[in-house]
Amino acid sequence: MNQYENIKKGTTGSSKKMLIAMVGIGVFCALLIVLTYEGTKERIGTLKDEALEKAVFNVLPGITKTRIYEMTSEGTFIPSDGLDRSKTVVYAGFDHSDTFKGVAIEASGQGYADVIRILYGYDPFSQTVVGFYVLESKETPGLGDRIGKDANFQSNFKALSVKLTPDLTQIENKVIPVKEGGKSQPWEVEGITGATISSRTVGNILGESTAIMVPLIYHQRDSFNVNSD
Amino acid sequence: MNTESYWSIFINASLVNNFVLAYFLGICPFMGVSGKMETASKMGGAVTFVMLISSVCAYGIHALLVAINAPFLQLISYIVVIASTVQLVEMFIKKMSPALFRALGIFLPLITTNCAILGLALFQTNKGYDLSQSLVYALGAGAGFTLALLLMAGIREQLEFAEVPNVVKGTAITLLVAGILSLTFMGFSGLG
Amino acid sequence: MSAGITKNPQIKAVPSSTDEFIKGLWRDNPVFVQVLGMCPVLAVSNTAQNALAMGLATAFVLLMSNILVASLRNFIPKQVRIASYILIIATFVTIVDYAIQAISVDLHKNLGAFISLIVVNCLILSRAEAFASKNTIGKSIMDALGMGVGFVFALFCLGAVREILGNGTFFDISLFPDSFQEWIIMILPAGGFFTLALWLVLFNIYKIKQA
Repeated sequence: MNQYENIKKGTTGSSKKMLIAMVGIGVFCALLIVLTYEGTKERIGTLKDEALEKAVFNVLPGITKTRIYEMTSEGTFIPSDGLDRSKTVVYAGFDHSDTFKGVAIEASGQGYADVIRILYGYDPFSQTVVGFYVLESKETPGLGDRIGKDANFQSNFKALSVKLTPDLTQIENKVIPVKEGGKSQPWEVEGITGATISSRTVGNILGESTAIMVPLIYHQRDSFNVNSD
Repeated sequence: MNTESYWSIFINASLVNNFVLAYFLGICPFMGVSGKMETASKMGGAVTFVMLISSVCAYGIHALLVAINAPFLQLISYIVVIASTVQLVEMFIKKMSPALFRALGIFLPLITTNCAILGLALFQTNKGYDLSQSLVYALGAGAGFTLALLLMAGIREQLEFAEVPNVVKGTAITLLVAGILSLTFMGFSGLG
Repeated sequence: MSAGITKNPQIKAVPSSTDEFIKGLWRDNPVFVQVLGMCPVLAVSNTAQNALAMGLATAFVLLMSNILVASLRNFIPKQVRIASYILIIATFVTIVDYAIQAISVDLHKNLGAFISLIVVNCLILSRAEAFASKNTIGKSIMDALGMGVGFVFALFCLGAVREILGNGTFFDISLFPDSFQEWIIMILPAGGFFTLALWLVLFNIYKIKQA
């Protein structure tokens, strides 16, 4: 108990000492935090880029390079560092000869348990969605989370049609979800029995996102360039 | 950017992803004060109140930290600012409304450092909600917390008359009941 | 939070530092006996790997904050001690958060906001207040190690059971033939409550047998 009394003795109410102690601890803590932040910043940056690249390479088969573009309020795309979280960003993909192959687009919507965030690849030359990847989902393990694993469901996104109308202003047939085994058109997303809501959500997210993004990107497909500024 | 509707945010925070039964936040008060309906409802009110305050605080701090580009100070400033704001509010209530203070006051210092409060601040930042969305989120989370607490208190009041085997008495039976409640809340999935 | 501090009157001043270590491991195990720090115990114990990572992160914060609190115990005025402890704890949690991000993005994604929530883990503040603020650095280190290892052990017990039953794997290694039907409920939130309740029951049975 004598140590406890020690504490008591040392602090006979002087507010100056309180202030010194708090400021001292505050400065020390701030220093530690800043040091850690600076020390780990670079590595965290590389790891995050790697994870993102992995996802983009996943949805755009055959690409070897990727570059971030952000959407301006007029709907045009300009190269960006992707740091501004309030902007919609897309990831352009290029193959080893630096030819533009397509764009990976992020989209999200309310799933069964929480918001589902996905990334899909759009190829403006074949006018199809060519890949799909779940960035974030809290869907039920073993049931809803099959949207990220089920091979049959994934095969929906090998060549999902998002063809534009002849006047090139909008998508001819909006992407819609259908029941498992009910797919008859190239723009339908076949669901998973047992993961009905989750798989239907993915179909709806794609339907809404493609309706906006696909016409914009199709018209600007020549402006995505590996070296332009 | 987040365009979730207010209704969906509220349902999500209160039922589908209930803070206590799905995220396990605020388990300490959930176990501690769910013995009686009366204390449970007061505690629920106090938590909702603190959640609303800290939601506003967290929104402000986040905007400030983004402006000065210091994300590494997020956690430390959240906890310090929320704790001190609640302290100030507590003193204010004590002065302005002694009756309200007697009803909620003793719980306020207990819950400032409760994980549900800090969890709310962190989640709303992660989800990128704007100010009004954050407030709805806080309201939903508070309502969900109160609901879970009240349900638990109701069951535990009945449990006092039940013959519980010695080995399950105490925390174990409370956890089992919480597990069953958590299962029933899973039925709300898909509502949002 | 303070409920945890008042709940354990059975913590007595024990002289030798080996005892400080043993008590956290077994007799006063933070999870199974004191029932402290429940949020992370339940939330991220769905796989053995997550549980282990979370346990180690918490143990590290506990150790560092105990060391700092013990070495500053004569410098921190009594009136602002809780505020100082929270500052110290928040600092080490931020450090752990960045360290985990630098180790693996996937692991950081799995643990999510629960790393930040170590700040409000009742266990750490209660050790700072109840032990480190009154004891020497050496004893505080032993106390933190004991409690830390006890916490890791308890989290691991939960994580292992939940992963084996709920996912049919252990550290991502498949254990059962394909015909095994996973108990999905075990990796859902409800499974966390049930598993912890069952461990507590086991502890109670052991205690009753001893008495």
